[in-house]
Amino acid sequence: MWDYTDKVKEHFMNPRNVGDIADADAVGEVGSLACGDALKLFIKLDEQKERIVDAKFQTFGCGSAIASSSALTEMIKGKTLDEALQITNQEIADFLGGLPEEKMHCSVMGQEALEVAIAKYRGGPIPTHDHGHEHEQEGEIVCKCFGLTDGFLKKVIAQNRLHTAEQVTHFTKAGGACGGCIPKIKELIAEVLGEQQQREPKRPERLTNLRKMQLIQEVLENDVRPQLWADGGDLELIDIAGSAVQIAFRKACAGCASSGYTARFVEQKLRELVAEDITVEEVQG
Amino acid sequence: MKEIYLDNNATTRVDDDVFEEMRPYFCELYGNPSSMHYFGGQVQKKVDEARQRVAGLIGAHPEEIIFTACGTESDNAAIRSALEVFPNKRHVITTRVEHPAVLTLCRGLSKHGYRVTELNVDGEGRLDLDELRSAIDENTAIVSVMYANNETGVIFPIEEIGRIVKEKGALFHTDAVQAVGKIPLNMAESTVDMLSLSGHKLHAPKGIGILYVRKGVPFRPLLVGGHQEKSRRAGTENTASIIALGKACELAGRYLEDENTRVKAMRDRLERELLSLIPAARINGGKADRLPNTLSIAFEFVEGELILLYLSELGICASSGSACTSGSLEPSHVLRAMGVPFTCAHGSIRFSLSRFTTDGEIDTVIRELPQIIRRGREMSPFGRELLQKS
Repeated sequence: MWDYTDKVKEHFMNPRNVGDIADADAVGEVGSLACGDALKLFIKLDEQKERIVDAKFQTFGCGSAIASSSALTEMIKGKTLDEALQITNQEIADFLGGLPEEKMHCSVMGQEALEVAIAKYRGGPIPTHDHGHEHEQEGEIVCKCFGLTDGFLKKVIAQNRLHTAEQVTHFTKAGGACGGCIPKIKELIAEVLGEQQQREPKRPERLTNLRKMQLIQEVLENDVRPQLWADGGDLELIDIAGSAVQIAFRKACAGCASSGYTARFVEQKLRELVAEDITVEEVQG
Repeated sequence: MKEIYLDNNATTRVDDDVFEEMRPYFCELYGNPSSMHYFGGQVQKKVDEARQRVAGLIGAHPEEIIFTACGTESDNAAIRSALEVFPNKRHVITTRVEHPAVLTLCRGLSKHGYRVTELNVDGEGRLDLDELRSAIDENTAIVSVMYANNETGVIFPIEEIGRIVKEKGALFHTDAVQAVGKIPLNMAESTVDMLSLSGHKLHAPKGIGILYVRKGVPFRPLLVGGHQEKSRRAGTENTASIIALGKACELAGRYLEDENTRVKAMRDRLERELLSLIPAARINGGKADRLPNTLSIAFEFVEGELILLYLSELGICASSGSACTSGSLEPSHVLRAMGVPFTCAHGSIRFSLSRFTTDGEIDTVIRELPQIIRRGREMSPFGRELLQKS
């Protein structure tokens, strides 16, 4: 059985905002029956057409697909369209206390539906990663089984810092059926990694306290947590006092016999990318 | 919450009598049957008795029974043995709907110089024996066809298949893990050369199985080492589980009629009621000959994992052919091989009953499942027109 968090369970047992909006301003549809999951998102805007006042969904899919849809609609209510577009799939998963990695594609589906809905409303080019819909394609189809383009896959790889083909399958389904595109997925990972390394920030010479705290958070988000997710673990930043960083381990990391090593790994990363004098302490939080 | 356990093709409850039978063989009668002292010798006698009981259930001779650790080991041992016995035969035949224990092995062989034929099934899950006739030749080492399918319960015509196999001089193996204890088997009048059986599917514990090897059929062991099982399977005997399996087989023989009358009647009632109460539902393999305890039913426009999670909240345990439950992204290979449309395959649920199932439990499922399906469809963007009907 999947190790769903209580929050995931609560959201598929009692999903919020199920249904449709007859006079919706924006509707985004992704997925299909054949794929095994599909999401239709309805958005209602305020009179100034700026802020989302209501959101509803219809979803065909497993427990985590329902929970992700429910979470998404809760998260976007009250946000402007631009704010809503900032929501990443990881934030949808975080809202639910995490998803099993094999189920991350459910959170990606939520993010996709939102992008499609807003793009259609604004009349711009419609993101074309969504499976089998009749939009014009941008980029080259990599996964024929699920109809996914290289542009979409590269975006998900970069955003979630994926580094194995298996992770890409868990996040997007690509390569999960016939497996024919796995070599191509590996090429895309290498491409994205190459691009990222060129941009990789060097440790700054001098830091204000504020900048240091920001940087610590960025490194944890972008460099540390994705690596823990790969092993089913996670951490939460509890406090920063000067150079002393307090973290609490979550999911598989919590109570893991090697959490001491993991804490040292976090410290090493922060020393490498933020400042030499950082210390990391694990706390129960 | 008391569980309503309708997932007996996955595993079964250990029968109380079986557990009592094995209990003394942990802390009291823990001797090694190979030992020369009386303390091991008394365990040897019980192992012999278990072997007779297992043989009795399937109409075999006791010396044709090799105890193994599980059905998967038995399947691997049978197929690998045949390939060693016939080093010059480089062709293997199986079916597209086999259990992974056979299918994964065979697909691996195809990367090591073997030609592997996977026989197709029709929309009801039935084999086309003409396809077997044209595929088999003098180069075929072994044909491995399951006795009954674990997902749909569809039973294959094993003796007809065996006659075709024997004409070409190949060995014939059947994975009978789902069939034993549910339908009568008789190796005394059979064309089967080797047969796999698993204890935990018939109310014995997990971790014990057997491979039946017909007397006179050449055999090469998978595990070598000590002389246990007449050197056909090395490793100290799992005595407590072997003794448990013996008892479980004895009981299975006794309950065989119950399985095919009372249990079958409950399955049939569940099937009939669900079809009449829920629109856009269909039985997978409904027109084929099936095991008396198995019901695979597909509901359009609802995803299987969601159905299982909602059932599970009520304590009802079933399984699904959907992609999401397995961690893979495609629905079950069995349903796909049958050509079940994707719209249905994602929403397929398997109920598998046992002699411990009660009418009251079936009533609960009949009462709850229609609401669960309706709830799932109310959330779905597809099949909205069905909501008016139900």
